[in-house]
Amino acid sequence: MADYQNLFTTVQAVGPVHQGVPLGHGNSPRTGQPLINYWVGKLGNAQLGPIYLGGLGLISLILGLIAFTLIGMNMLASVNYDPIQFVRQLFWLSLEPPAPSYGLSMPPLNQGGWFLIVGLFLTASVLFWWARTYRRAVELGMGTHIAWAFAAAIWLFLVLGLFRPILMGSWGEAVPYGIFSHLDWTAAFSLRYGNLFYNPFHALSIVFLYGSALLFAMHGATILAVTRFGGEREIEQITDRGTASERAALFWRWTMGFNATMESIHRWAWWFAVLCPITGGIGILLTGTVVDNWYLWAIKHGVAPPYPEIFPGMVDPALSTGAKP
Amino acid sequence: MNMTISSSSGWTGRMVKALGLTLAGLVLAGCERPIPESVQSGYRGTGMAQVYNPRLLEVKTELNQPPAVIPSPGSEGPKASQVYKNVKVLGNLSVGEFNRLMVSMTNWVAPKEGCAYCHALPNFEDDSKYTKVVARRMVEMTQHINSDWQPHVAQTGVTCYTCHRGEPVPSAIWFKANHQPYGSNFMGDKAGQNEPSPVVNLSSLPNDPFTPFLLGHENIRLNGPTALPSGNRQSIKQGEWTYGLMTHMSTALGVNCTYCHNTQSFQNWEISPPQRTTAWHGIRMARDLNLTYMEPLTEVFPAHRKGPLGDVAKLNCATCHQGAYKPLNGAPMAKDFPELLKPALAAAKVAAK
Repeated sequence: MADYQNLFTTVQAVGPVHQGVPLGHGNSPRTGQPLINYWVGKLGNAQLGPIYLGGLGLISLILGLIAFTLIGMNMLASVNYDPIQFVRQLFWLSLEPPAPSYGLSMPPLNQGGWFLIVGLFLTASVLFWWARTYRRAVELGMGTHIAWAFAAAIWLFLVLGLFRPILMGSWGEAVPYGIFSHLDWTAAFSLRYGNLFYNPFHALSIVFLYGSALLFAMHGATILAVTRFGGEREIEQITDRGTASERAALFWRWTMGFNATMESIHRWAWWFAVLCPITGGIGILLTGTVVDNWYLWAIKHGVAPPYPEIFPGMVDPALSTGAKP
Repeated sequence: MNMTISSSSGWTGRMVKALGLTLAGLVLAGCERPIPESVQSGYRGTGMAQVYNPRLLEVKTELNQPPAVIPSPGSEGPKASQVYKNVKVLGNLSVGEFNRLMVSMTNWVAPKEGCAYCHALPNFEDDSKYTKVVARRMVEMTQHINSDWQPHVAQTGVTCYTCHRGEPVPSAIWFKANHQPYGSNFMGDKAGQNEPSPVVNLSSLPNDPFTPFLLGHENIRLNGPTALPSGNRQSIKQGEWTYGLMTHMSTALGVNCTYCHNTQSFQNWEISPPQRTTAWHGIRMARDLNLTYMEPLTEVFPAHRKGPLGDVAKLNCATCHQGAYKPLNGAPMAKDFPELLKPALAAAKVAAK
């Protein structure tokens, strides 16, 4: 029978719950009574809580909750406050940005005003949460890699909802708050700007997205494969290469000639993940502002291949004489 | 350690199996049976293909069978205008042809209700029923389509049955959507979209793309003529409206985007299949018919035939196509009814024979 090799998966060490390391002056005490849960332990650490809330966390949660509630109330109002329809149509419901005719002015509440208010609260909430991840890392004596990775995602978020709409002169360019509506928006974005697949930054973003998934799978598989030799204790292996690290390295050196180190693999992963929203954000920011039609741009620069003519004689009927417009 | 494993593995195993089955069911729920057939329609590797589900295609084929045609009695004998009173459009037909068309129209439009659906029996010439006034205008509309819209209907043409299919009111018609159906205007505006509407194939796209495009003359085209910005101010939101109209067309014709477009560039005509030209004329035809024939009939129709905003029923692509890329699978019904051409064209056609 297949058996788990990793000590931590089969046995849950249960001891006294702990609050974590003591923190200095100005830090808030942690919130919540910690508890041990068997099923939580199946996924990760069996101890739930306590959480560090603090001033930044509290402000972020309050602002985020306001944004969340305003979106929900708008969705609820759009089905005439019918809770059943709210649930049934939830995936379709949405809070829409204002019509392009309003430009960058403040529209009436129901014509996009709520959208802008929600955007303000949501952006503030996200930025406070970023500050929280930064502050917590510093207080724990860690590097701030997590905060900067999060900042990469926030860059894309701000490009979509703030920078690009301002450059285009219209809040109507922003992404709606809704499940299906933001997907339809994405497709419409590509249609409007002549096929986003010809946007090289979009291509780069996809490379890093799929690349991240591939790297994650390779790394996860490698570590699990050498966990029988203690490979999951990566920090120890970084400072003192053991047999797990050696085997993991040899596997990749033998299969593809080149291998990461216990440390560098995490840099690869970090950069792949972070470059996905950074390049994506650049691609979005250039669209409509610098390039209006990515297909024509790709033809102009030899990116799109020319295909043989299949439908000879096709012309725009609007150009033929006597055509009804 | 082993005890820990064995004590929970039986129960965990069952849980995992149940979860696996549920997941498999959920994944398979997205599948269609049988395996769809795909037909290549453009250069290899460009995704130019039509995807058909043979099972659904069979149903659609059956639903789109043309009705039997009554043989023509010939054009000899007295004219309908000489024998009957108040014949305004079809007076130059022989009595035999005229009655054949009347019987055919009854079969096409009101087979259950019969002559009395339009005529205030026993006075056939009486115009007091609104249905008769509408029917006369619809005959004129059919003549207009077959004569002036051949870029769209070609020689195939249309008859009443193309839309009506044995129903007094065609099954696929549209009314202006009420975008603010509830009293409050404080919050909850859907901006004309974001509800599961069959018009846009249950997407969250704007669900009345007909009012701006098939009644109004709003710009359907999104893309600019240059790679870099040169004044094209179409917005993403307008893109969603165009997308809504195109989704309707795709659903109405039972085809995917690549029936008319090359997805490399939706805009470029040089790489588009010729069907796109036919569809381009179809959009203009629907707009023309709605503006010239349907809207002016608004006052003729009773309130119960009108939409929530009091507007008259209007037509779109689905009204004729009903899921087939050629209505009635392209059955050339109109050739048996030359009287459904405009009189001048019909005469020329007869003379040419």
